[in-house]
Parts: sequence; C-alpha cells; structure tokens
Amino acid sequence: MTFEQTLARLEEIAAALDRDDLPLEQALTLFEEGIVRLREATAALSDAEGKVKTLLEQAGGVFEAKE
Amino acid sequence: MTVPGAVATDAITVAQLTNEAKAVLEGAFPKLWVKGEVSGLKIYPSGHWYFTLKDATSQIQCTVWKNSTFRIPAKPTEGMQVVALGQLGVWAAKGQMQFTVTAIEAEGEGLWKKQFDETRAALERAGLLDPARKRRLPRFPRTVAVITSTEGAALQDIKSVLRRRNPGVHIVVIPAVVQGEGAPESLGAALARLDRWVRGEAEWAGPAPEAPDVLIIGRGGGSREDLWAFNHELVARAIAACPVPTISAVGHETDVTIADLVADVRAATPSVAAETAVPVLDDVRLLVAKLGGVMADGLQDRIAVGARELQRRAEALSQRARRVVERRRARADQVVARLVQRAPQLIERRRALLRQWAGRIDALSPLAVLGRGFAVARGLDGAALGRRGAFAPGTIFDLLLQDGRVRATADSVHTDAPHLRRDVLK
Repeated sequence: MTFEQTLARLEEIAAALDRDDLPLEQALTLFEEGIVRLREATAALSDAEGKVKTLLEQAGGVFEAKE
Repeated sequence: MTVPGAVATDAITVAQLTNEAKAVLEGAFPKLWVKGEVSGLKIYPSGHWYFTLKDATSQIQCTVWKNSTFRIPAKPTEGMQVVALGQLGVWAAKGQMQFTVTAIEAEGEGLWKKQFDETRAALERAGLLDPARKRRLPRFPRTVAVITSTEGAALQDIKSVLRRRNPGVHIVVIPAVVQGEGAPESLGAALARLDRWVRGEAEWAGPAPEAPDVLIIGRGGGSREDLWAFNHELVARAIAACPVPTISAVGHETDVTIADLVADVRAATPSVAAETAVPVLDDVRLLVAKLGGVMADGLQDRIAVGARELQRRAEALSQRARRVVERRRARADQVVARLVQRAPQLIERRRALLRQWAGRIDALSPLAVLGRGFAVARGLDGAALGRRGAFAPGTIFDLLLQDGRVRATADSVHTDAPHLRRDVLK
C-alpha cells in the first residue's frame, strides 16, 4: 500500500467510525485496522531525509541515478 | 600590372569570378532585413530550407541552413508576407545571388502565433487538450521527478521549495536542454526516459530509485524564443503520454505554452509547481493525527451507543421474561385446579375399565374351564399334556381337577375316543 492509499483508507475508516449505524463488531474490526494504518502512516512521515538524484543515461541505454 | 581577366590571355575561371563576386557582395551588404512574399518553399532531407522571396518585379533565392531553422517557429506558407533577416551572397554552384536567412518574421501576428495555433489545433484534433484527460495530482507524492536544465535557476527554486515543505520527499532530476537548437528533442528524450523508468523498462547501473508519483517539467523565465521548445508538438505529445501526472511550469505567470495546455496542472512558475506538487509535511502529520482522533472518538461514541442499546434491551428482556413466567404460572394453576376437580371421575372410569378387563381375562384363563368339570393333564415338569403324543404307556402325570389333583399313570394310548367320532379316517 502506498502512503496515499494508506491515508485514503484511514480517511475511509474514520468516516465509517464516525457513523452511529455501524455494527459494533464491525466498528471494532475497523478500529483495529485503523490503528495498523495509523502506525504505517506515522512511520512513513518520519524525519528521514529525502534524496536528490540525477537520472543519467549511459552509453548503451543503461540508467544511473547519481546523487 | 593588369587586373586579372583584363585580357583574353589572362582569363579567370568561373569559380574565381563567383568567389570574387561573393566576397564583394558580402563586404558591401551587412546582415539586413528584407521584406517580400514567400514562394516555393522546399525542405530538403538535409534539413536546409530553400525558397524564393519576391515582390511585383523582383525575386531573390533564399536559403535557411538547418542549424538556423530552429529559430524560425513555423514554416512560412506560400504567398505569406514576411521579413527575413539574412546575408546577401552568391551561390557559386548556380551562379546566382543568394540570400542566406537566419530569422523570419511574419507581418501581423507573426509566425510564432501561427505555429502556436497550428500545434494547438493539431493537439485539439488528437483530443489531447480535452479537459477530461486532466489527471488528479497525487496528494502525497514520495518521489517527484523534475525535467529541466541543471543550469537554470528553476531547478534550484523547485528543490528548495520541495525541501522546505517536505524534507522527506525524494527528488529525481532528469536533465534536459530547455532552449536553443535540439531543445525539443532533448525534452522529448527526458520524457522518454521517465516513461521507461516508470514502466520498469529501464536497465539500471545500481539500484533504481522509487518510481515518481508526479512530474514537474519546465524552466525559468526567458524570451519567447527561449521558451519556444515548450510549444513544440513533440514535447506536448510526450507530456500528454507521460505515465504520471504532470505539472508544467514554464517562464512567468504571463507565459502560456502548449506544454501548459497539455499538462495536468499548469503552475505559473517553477516555485509554484513545487508548492503544488507536495503538501507541507507538518500539515500531513496533523491530518494523520486528526484521523486517529476521529477514529478513537468514533469508536468511543459507538461503544457508548452500544452500551445504551444493550441496557435498553436487557430491561426490555427482563420485563418480557417476567410477563412470560407469570402467564405460564397462571396456566399451570388452571390445569391443576381442573385436574383436582375431575380426579374422582377419572379414577372411577379407570376402575370400571380395569374390572372389564379383569373379567375378560378370567374368561380366557384355561383354569376357568376346570370349574365347568373339565380336567387338565400336566406332566411332572408342570407342562400341560394336551396331545396324544405327550403320553406313552407308563407315563406318570397329574390330572388337575377343579378341587384337587390326581397322580395317574397312562395305561395305554389310543387314537379313538368318543369326542372324535367324526375322526374315522384315522
């Protein structure tokens, strides 16, 4: 799952839990999944430094991503 | 000393003549603008252009060398009134005067406008300007590809804005020549590289970077000529075919290029493109935290609602149970009362039945016949001896009578007897 998909799923779950007509059993299952997704999303938002690379094409058509 | 060619014995060659004429003409005329009507434009496989510039009474042969053609946005059409910048000379091979053109401007709106409109119309026909084609940009890209010149200020702007907003975003620059000769081809090649990268068709020396979620393509401000590569159909088509959503950022706010029309989103400047491409990291963190809160609140509310519901049901249930028990108890009381009431009657009916049955059993009992004067023979083992075969001469048996027993010994066994008179067949 990409970060984008994870966040979209989180929004879906939050919206579902915000409704009162969801069966409790289902609400608990969704909440559990939501916690997992929340952890994933938070981990993806760590302070890791993004890289800047330059894509070069060597002779023979081989690609290289140079920092 | 005579001038060469002054006398027959001192004739010069044709080449000498034309070369001399060329030198004289080029020396006499600086580069200048000439206006006239274009006629007979031919483009040779070599890439050079040839045409005639003429007016009512005169004409001059014109050449545009291939390496000058990129400065001319569009091919002039037959009969078009233009002004051409060039150098007058001699075409030795034909012995003709020749005007070597390096720039052409149409009168009125100009060739730039003409080419822009033509390209735009071609793309429109191909359906590439359809607003329905515009893709939504990813909300949270992890990798941003940037196609621009590595020398321009645009790249620095884009990098610093992306970094400021989200230090975790990866940036992959695909360098391209963005102006001058070969710029459209260079931009096209960069887009082709991006395509191969995203489609996983590229071979990599070393690890391949994570595929980009979005592309920024553009350059900083410049003259109309500098930006012209972004009006090229080749570039426009490559942007339209880009496998990831595209943001164009060419020049300043007021510059609108064909690339801008084709891209999914047009940004006024490279910095704006970077702002459009990625959200601020802290905003995303806030959003994630908020979603966590909404989820927790939602569940808590849901549980509270569930608990209330449960309580309500439990109460309803206990009330119903009480009612059911009461109803059953009342019914049981009724049944018992009726039973008590009817008991003597029932018992009497049972007794009568019993008597009836007892009488019937009595009548069927073998012992009952003894009372009527009959006797029953019984072996010493107690078995009834009802048939002739049970006896043999000397068999000891008991004869049971209604008032006692006679121990007897069989004397002899016969088949004839008074009660079997009909049995004469034996």
